[in-house]
Amino acid sequence: MKILVCISNVPDTTSKINFTEGDTKFDANGVQFVINPNDEFGLTRAMWFKEKQGATIHVATVGGPAVEPTIRKALAIGADEAVRINAEPKDGLFVAQQLAEVVKTGGYDLIIAGRESIDYNGGMVPGMMSALLNYNFINTCIGLEIEGNTATAIREIDGGKEKLSAALPLIIGGQKGLVEESDLRIPNMRGIMMARQKKLNVLEPVDASFGTEDIKFEKPAAKGDVKLVESDNISELIDLLHNEAKVI
Amino acid sequence: MSVLVYTESDNGKFKKNALEAASYAHKLAEQLGTSVTAITINVADSEVIGTYGVSKILKVTSDKLSIFNAKAYATAIAQAVENEGASTIVVSSSTDTKYMAAILAGILKAGYCTNVVAPPISTNPLVIKRTAFSNKGFAHTEYKTTTNIIGVSNNAYGIFENSVSPEVENFEPNLNDTDFSVQSLNIDKVVGKATIADADIVVSGGRGLKGPENWGMIEELADVLGAATACSKPVSDMGWRSHSEHVGQTGKPVASNLYIAIGISGAIQHLAGINASKVKVVINTDPEAPFFKAADYGIIGDAFEVVPKLTEKLKEFKAQNA
Repeated sequence: MKILVCISNVPDTTSKINFTEGDTKFDANGVQFVINPNDEFGLTRAMWFKEKQGATIHVATVGGPAVEPTIRKALAIGADEAVRINAEPKDGLFVAQQLAEVVKTGGYDLIIAGRESIDYNGGMVPGMMSALLNYNFINTCIGLEIEGNTATAIREIDGGKEKLSAALPLIIGGQKGLVEESDLRIPNMRGIMMARQKKLNVLEPVDASFGTEDIKFEKPAAKGDVKLVESDNISELIDLLHNEAKVI
Repeated sequence: MSVLVYTESDNGKFKKNALEAASYAHKLAEQLGTSVTAITINVADSEVIGTYGVSKILKVTSDKLSIFNAKAYATAIAQAVENEGASTIVVSSSTDTKYMAAILAGILKAGYCTNVVAPPISTNPLVIKRTAFSNKGFAHTEYKTTTNIIGVSNNAYGIFENSVSPEVENFEPNLNDTDFSVQSLNIDKVVGKATIADADIVVSGGRGLKGPENWGMIEELADVLGAATACSKPVSDMGWRSHSEHVGQTGKPVASNLYIAIGISGAIQHLAGINASKVKVVINTDPEAPFFKAADYGIIGDAFEVVPKLTEKLKEFKAQNA
């Protein structure tokens, strides 16, 4: 089985978010970048397939040279080969077209992307890829088994879950549940050394259209101070929620 | 040139998010000087959506579509877009619709923004405001395409009545077997209980509750309020509660009107996931807990004392205000 894991390079979950250049750009100054958590759950599931059922894992990302440490980390975790498409990942439609091209030329059986990236939260790239390639697609995937040419997947739905079946090739929008948090792997020294020898192919982007462009950013308005209520005066809280906040 | 809205339904009835999407579409159509067409799938009483400003309904009735299938729904809606010559499509932010709309955007090669929180800032060019960086910021995003999809965030715009009596047209999408190549085997869904995605109120518990055996009081409080229950990441990681209750950056997003956090310290990742909620209440023993900086109302106190009292007082309040 040939697996492609699509990776997004995102600010660490604890990052403070600031904007620069007149609030038109994300300020990457002092920010630690990581593999997008939803993608990391997918990569870890791919490692499980590699070890239990035999698979080759490639990782792909769209980004400039600055994203290479994140790709190397994916290789150190255990992916076999990487592709970087040398372009700024400006919007979902553009990224989906670039990744679809990688899929077309690579002939993958299973393509795993995260349900969404934690930076721009678009949540659209795997679905768009599926339409561009006419491949099967299952989103918000929290369980995945492959037998022969058939996948059985569990997807999270509002208020429960759904079990689905689909033939390969298949695109997955993964998230926590695909593997547990405790299954995530920290690269060891041997993995890090080996990652340096692995192939990281840099490709130039194909011609593709943009769907949208972020023209300005803003931070949420500063919050007023919390109103504290004494623990022996709970009726006051109910009064505030009813009369002031009007939410009950 | 009309605006097309996909109005989601469950068991033949419109979901709350359908009313909000229709209200948003009406506002947008007003700005554009055009009208709203809705596509409904297996809704018997589809005219109801006219209350929210929809003047035409493309009514799909199909046994094949009785169970949600993202690809088939996207294909049907894409055909409706073509049928209407719609340039802007409004959808909600439910799990099913986000799944479907990404495919729809791929079929139409449309620009698509999710998590949109306000009516367009401008219509020419079309610019919207959406959340980004997991609610730590907002982006103003301009569409570059001729067909555009707007995904309206839950509870962000609101539901507004603009009653019209709509023209209803039966619409038969042309679907083939390949549209159903992902098959549903079974659905395991809680019925009759508020879900985190739809609930107006969410009651959430954290490590401060000390163990899964203490969740009874969370559930009781949620029952009184008609709220959904949720939990923090450590709680789901330790297996005290199911993953489906985990809210936060890597869990489910919450955009409720009221979010009550009990025994949750308020790590930045947790706050990112729940910040879209309008009013936040925190109950925690530690006055230094970061949640107090993010909350609107707070009680410094022991959850084991405060929560049962709160439940009791709320019961009295509900009895008086029923």
